[in-house]
Amino acid sequence: MVNPLNQAAQFGYRTAFGLFEVPMAGAQRLIGIGRIAWLFLLPNLVIFGLFTFLPIILNFFYATTGSDAILLSQRPYVGAENFASLLSCDNYLDPNSCRRDIFWRAIYNTSWFVVLQVGFMILFSLLTALILNRDIPFRGFFRGVFFYPVLLSPVVVALIWKWILQRYGVLNAGLEGVGLPTVNWLISADWAFFWVIFVSIWAHMGFYTLILLAGLQAIPSDVYEAAEMDGASRWRVFSRITMPLLMPTMVVVLVLSLIRAVQAFDEIFVLTGGGPGTATTLILQYIYETGFASRPQLFGLAAAASILMAVVLLVLTLLQLRATRSQAEG
Amino acid sequence: MVTKMLLAGSTALGALAFSAGLAGAVELRFQCYQDGTECQTWREEIEKFEEQNPDIQVTVDEVPYKAILESLPVQLAGGSGPDLARVSDLGGLAQYMLDIREYVDADYWETNFGDELKWTRVNGEGDEGIYNLPDQLTITGPFVNKTLFDQAGVEVPTGETSWEEWAEISTQVAEATGTPYPMAMDRSGHRFAGPAISYGAKYFDESGEPITVDQGFRDFAQKFVDWNKDGTMAPDVWAGSGGASYQDAAQEFINASLVFYMSGSWQVARFGDEIGDAFDWQVVSPPCGEGGCTGIPGGASIVGFKHTEHPEAVAKLLDFMAQKDVYADFIGKTRAIPAHKGLQEEGVEYPGASENVKEALAAFTKAAQGLSPAAFAFQGYKNNRAIMNATVARLTQAIVGESSLDEALSRIDADVQEAVQASGGN
Repeated sequence: MVNPLNQAAQFGYRTAFGLFEVPMAGAQRLIGIGRIAWLFLLPNLVIFGLFTFLPIILNFFYATTGSDAILLSQRPYVGAENFASLLSCDNYLDPNSCRRDIFWRAIYNTSWFVVLQVGFMILFSLLTALILNRDIPFRGFFRGVFFYPVLLSPVVVALIWKWILQRYGVLNAGLEGVGLPTVNWLISADWAFFWVIFVSIWAHMGFYTLILLAGLQAIPSDVYEAAEMDGASRWRVFSRITMPLLMPTMVVVLVLSLIRAVQAFDEIFVLTGGGPGTATTLILQYIYETGFASRPQLFGLAAAASILMAVVLLVLTLLQLRATRSQAEG
Repeated sequence: MVTKMLLAGSTALGALAFSAGLAGAVELRFQCYQDGTECQTWREEIEKFEEQNPDIQVTVDEVPYKAILESLPVQLAGGSGPDLARVSDLGGLAQYMLDIREYVDADYWETNFGDELKWTRVNGEGDEGIYNLPDQLTITGPFVNKTLFDQAGVEVPTGETSWEEWAEISTQVAEATGTPYPMAMDRSGHRFAGPAISYGAKYFDESGEPITVDQGFRDFAQKFVDWNKDGTMAPDVWAGSGGASYQDAAQEFINASLVFYMSGSWQVARFGDEIGDAFDWQVVSPPCGEGGCTGIPGGASIVGFKHTEHPEAVAKLLDFMAQKDVYADFIGKTRAIPAHKGLQEEGVEYPGASENVKEALAAFTKAAQGLSPAAFAFQGYKNNRAIMNATVARLTQAIVGESSLDEALSRIDADVQEAVQASGGN
């Protein structure tokens, strides 16, 4: 028996596609069947061209021109002056000796942030994933708890922690309640840097924990059973079976978290504003402030700094591609 | 049938006549931002203007302040944008502003708004253009928590009192009452400039070139950094942020955690609403240094733009807004400080305002008459934001120990020079 609904749907499809038949046939005749694929790619090419490639090209124009004018036609060509200005230093280990001291402070802060945040986050994510992979009570609940901060907006995360850490915040109220001295957490450079790393780990480790948990669950259980029959110790099982088999996932987690750490901005900007002084100013904040918050707005310098940052991100992305490819090739 | 045809015909004719009338009317677009009720109040005043001038229609587009700061300059650079706007970056946008001198009574404007008109005259000494109507004058100055003084048994100083005396008295009151912060100043180069000028900072040499760091600037910077380090100034405000970002201490003052708060007249309405009768507060005269006792003026202006197709109508509207009765009504309803000299002398009625608010506004209005010429020059300088940003960012570095004060001061000079160069010089 013929379903009338199917018939109607078929008629609809035929009519809709029939509308394209004439223009498509015309296009084939005009540009040839070999080039018809470009016609399908055109909408995406236009969108990517306008919103991705054109801004990249414009960024290069801004990086090689000066003044505070917005229109490119009004900006004089200065060559590599913006790059030279950023890289000009008497002693690269002493930001005060650099022409752009805040840029170098941001570079050092970003480097420390990346090393410490990524290192500790992977460590804590791995430990959490190992625990959540075991048959513990309320396992589903704990998985949800660790993943929950990932769902929060970075601004919300920062505001919650600001409320906790401010001078008369929740943490100091707790310390005072048990008779301990209070600390002005966000005014001390060292404490502010510590909390920036802590909050960032708290906010993002759930995501990486989830990836590592998926990696752990992909390890076949018969390997563990064989090791148990051979009487291997827990440490030996972890170091000789779990870690080697988890390594491809670890590499992906490492590269993803490295890229995310270099791009860190929103949480830190809201939590500390980059302060005290420049103690928590990272490279993205430097670019934003130079290009948009400063008066006059130094678009050229900001564009040059963003290109230097893009080079670093490109290297990290290539690493990720390579790691993903080797994983796929087994 | 005939009746229907007649009705249709007359309706069509009426519509035609109405649209012809509209086509003949001048339509102006006014982009406006507000801190309180400024746009709403201007809309009410503009309705009166439209009744008097039926051939001019004004559309008030209320936009966020961010749009005025970031989108409007881009529109103007591209040769488009509204006919008028309410703006605060006067020096930065001066190049796009319409000179209405030929359409208005220049003597009236010069007499009543002379000091503020200079803020938009960026075309050299011969520039006598009238570009802006300052619809809100703000003045930086200190607030004190009077109740804390009473509890400590200390008299609130009157007359000329130095910054050192205020620091000493505020610390004494804070210690006696267990208040966390003796003093605080908004994290802003604009707020810092008043005390610096009071200490003798000139900001410009005789030829108008910026000289940010001189002995007066250095003297106050030294004291300010020391006060932040020893806890006289609330460290959370300046050291608690990075870059040149703005931070106020209004919440600390409202919470009665602060004895002396250096901020400005725009806080009056908020304090009136939020403090209520929780404690007594008052505005005191700007503290003094060796160079005087001054705050810094600031505020918003309404300006027309060169690209308008109706310069005469724009000038007519601005002139209407500048008239004493209209202006006084606007200032009274928005609880602002008048820039109008005549109103400053006569005083303004603020309907519905509490006694605290009225006294505070009167104190700021009085302070407006004693501002230093250097303060007006600073406010009118087109690159003043570069000076303010450098002051905040670099002094914070000295406060938190990232650099010495000498290093910070030399960086301020270098940052300002670079900014001036990038913006095409003075």
